Amino acid sequence: MAKTPIAFTHNGDERAVFVDDGQNLLDMLRRTAGDLTPKYGCGQGTCGACTVLVDGAPQLACITLAETVDGRRIDTVAGLAAGQGGGRLSPLQKAFMDNFAAQCGYCTDGMLMSATALLARNPRPSRDEVVEAISGNLCRCTGYEAIINAVLQAASGGGSAQAGRR
Amino acid sequence: MPIEFRKEYFADERDDNLNEIGKPTQRQDMLGHVTGRSPFYDDHLFDGLCHIRCVRSPHHHARVRRIDVSEAERVPGVRRVILARDVPHNLNTLLSLMDFGLDDEPMLTPEGAEVRYRGEPVAAIVADTERIAREAVAKVRVDYEVLPHVLDVEEAVKPGAVAVNPAYPANKFVYHGKYDHQKLRYGDVEAGFRQADRVIEGRYQMSPIEQAPIETCGAIAAPETNDRYVCYTSTQALFFSLGTAAKLLDISSARLHLIGGTVGGGFGGKVDSIHEPLAILGTVLTGRPCKAMFDREEEMQVGAPRGAERWYITDGVMNDGTLVARKFVGYFDAGAYTRLSSYAIIKGVGHLPGPYTIPNVYADVYCVFTNRTPATAMRGFGVTGVDFAIESHMDVVADELGLDPIEMRIKNAYRDGDMKAHRRLAKNTALVECCQVAAEKAGWPLSAEARAASSLTGGGGARGEMPAFTALDEHGRVSGYESGSYAQGDRPRGEAAGSGAQGRSGSGTPSGQPSPRPRAEPPRAPQPTRVEPTRAEPARAEPQWSDPYAGRPSAPAGTAPASPRPERSPAPDAGPDGTAPRRGPRFASISGLRRR
Repeated sequence: MAKTPIAFTHNGDERAVFVDDGQNLLDMLRRTAGDLTPKYGCGQGTCGACTVLVDGAPQLACITLAETVDGRRIDTVAGLAAGQGGGRLSPLQKAFMDNFAAQCGYCTDGMLMSATALLARNPRPSRDEVVEAISGNLCRCTGYEAIINAVLQAASGGGSAQAGRR
Repeated sequence: MPIEFRKEYFADERDDNLNEIGKPTQRQDMLGHVTGRSPFYDDHLFDGLCHIRCVRSPHHHARVRRIDVSEAERVPGVRRVILARDVPHNLNTLLSLMDFGLDDEPMLTPEGAEVRYRGEPVAAIVADTERIAREAVAKVRVDYEVLPHVLDVEEAVKPGAVAVNPAYPANKFVYHGKYDHQKLRYGDVEAGFRQADRVIEGRYQMSPIEQAPIETCGAIAAPETNDRYVCYTSTQALFFSLGTAAKLLDISSARLHLIGGTVGGGFGGKVDSIHEPLAILGTVLTGRPCKAMFDREEEMQVGAPRGAERWYITDGVMNDGTLVARKFVGYFDAGAYTRLSSYAIIKGVGHLPGPYTIPNVYADVYCVFTNRTPATAMRGFGVTGVDFAIESHMDVVADELGLDPIEMRIKNAYRDGDMKAHRRLAKNTALVECCQVAAEKAGWPLSAEARAASSLTGGGGARGEMPAFTALDEHGRVSGYESGSYAQGDRPRGEAAGSGAQGRSGSGTPSGQPSPRPRAEPPRAPQPTRVEPTRAEPARAEPQWSDPYAGRPSAPAGTAPASPRPERSPAPDAGPDGTAPRRGPRFASISGLRRR
């Protein structure tokens, strides 16, 4: 099986790997790059558990060919906390914790990346815009309300909009 | 929605001097979840990991004439093709670990035997990559003789129906070794119907429901030191998975090191222990780490759902809405194998007739085998389906009578001290208050009488008495099964000899052919001491306990041997320092399973 060398930026680090013909980005990140934060949920682009950012835009890793990310920037949950330095949580991660926005935790990585992309391009989203942004991410546990509240809290700078509802 | 406490209700029953309850507490696994570090089973990496994919039946029901794996074995990267003959003990039922049900399901179907649902596995490929495994699966040639199938529960129980599961020749699970259905008899429903102003019937059907966890079911096994095998799994029921793997593979559980605990959504669908035995067997046969997992299509098609239920409910009701009789006939679609369906019905029948005090209750509930995907656990399974039927029917009855549906519920709701149809006193009831709060929230007007109702008043007395007469019958009696346990014993030989299920596999070896055999009745587990609740019971006559299954079904009603009610144990001893006694468990699950 042919191997193709590619280089990409992975959570700020330069990486070079060989990818197999037809290997998808999810498999490459998990098996080759050792980043286990994107999850397999469906393998057909419907559940959003494998969402990563490619050059800042949310993309479904399970239906992205690995070789197409050559020269591009990949961001995953593994880089969210580290980006704040010293392993501190990002405001979004903190808001997820505060709002009980994860139960089993399996969809959480994809949710965090979709929400990260949203807040990067729209720091003050409306509730409807949050709903739209995570509409490609399925969650079977939470019923979504807690997740929406978490994203809104992060957007408000961790303010007290939701804190009073506890 | 913030949590709202309605502390005005039952204020004297509650101790508010609590450290945790009522206060927000962070989940202990939350930090792992938001940093992506929670260790799901598939997050364990192994060099040289092999992938297992199954060859599955495209038919609902067929005889496997021949399995030709020669082409698949030649695919480069295929390590092993696993067939039924590679499975040391190729017959199990999940609940056999609780001595509840006959072994009825092979891990892989052998040549000569039948596949009984679409997607049932006949072979498994162990290969270096998932893609190679898929390619090899496509190269396995299976010669099927397609057989007639049955997908409807009532079709399946008709005489002459297609025989689905040879452990149960009439397509019906056998309860208590005696009956082809689970019975509930309390009072006399026919007399209740004669007394009623109206008799109102309904038929309710629900669909199977897939749990659909975002993480599909799976397991990874690998060789460990000291001749052991480690297995990381998505299971919700680690000891079911351990016991099932030990039994199917005929290997000491001491050699199996199962690691679970992080489940990517389960909802009951990760109890069945399908992947752990397969992954471990792959490792045993190849010496390599092996992963077996459902892809999304398998999760939806092959993964066991909440079973569909069909209910016929007949209510005898007075014009003022008082229920005087309720009769159930239920059909639970187990699919092709038992899994947890028989247990679901035990739960369900214990729940009848819903949270209402009705003096005459009758239920016949059948666990029916069909050529559908086997059903299993899901969030309140056994109770949610019949609750849908009961509450729908309550609305229908109220509508027919021109009554308010919430007020009719309040009128019939259990009050403390009432006798339930399964012969336990109602305690700590709260349906009346739930109805009142729901009506308030919905802006639904209630009468002054309904608003004044309370679970604490109006119960007990005559409502706490057992019925003077309970109509018994032996309808649905079966023979050939050992009584005293749920389905133990030899299959009735006469029926088996004439059944179309014969002649699939000549050997007596474990090969997918059920060979039920009598077993000694297991020792009864000691009952936990039951402790009285602190709430004062309303004064009432002590009802007599009589066992409806006491083996004297023809005895005249009311003459069943009376014995002390088992739940009325003496008050527990105070602690050595004179402190209040510790409360014992109020409820004990039969299985002890915890499910998401």
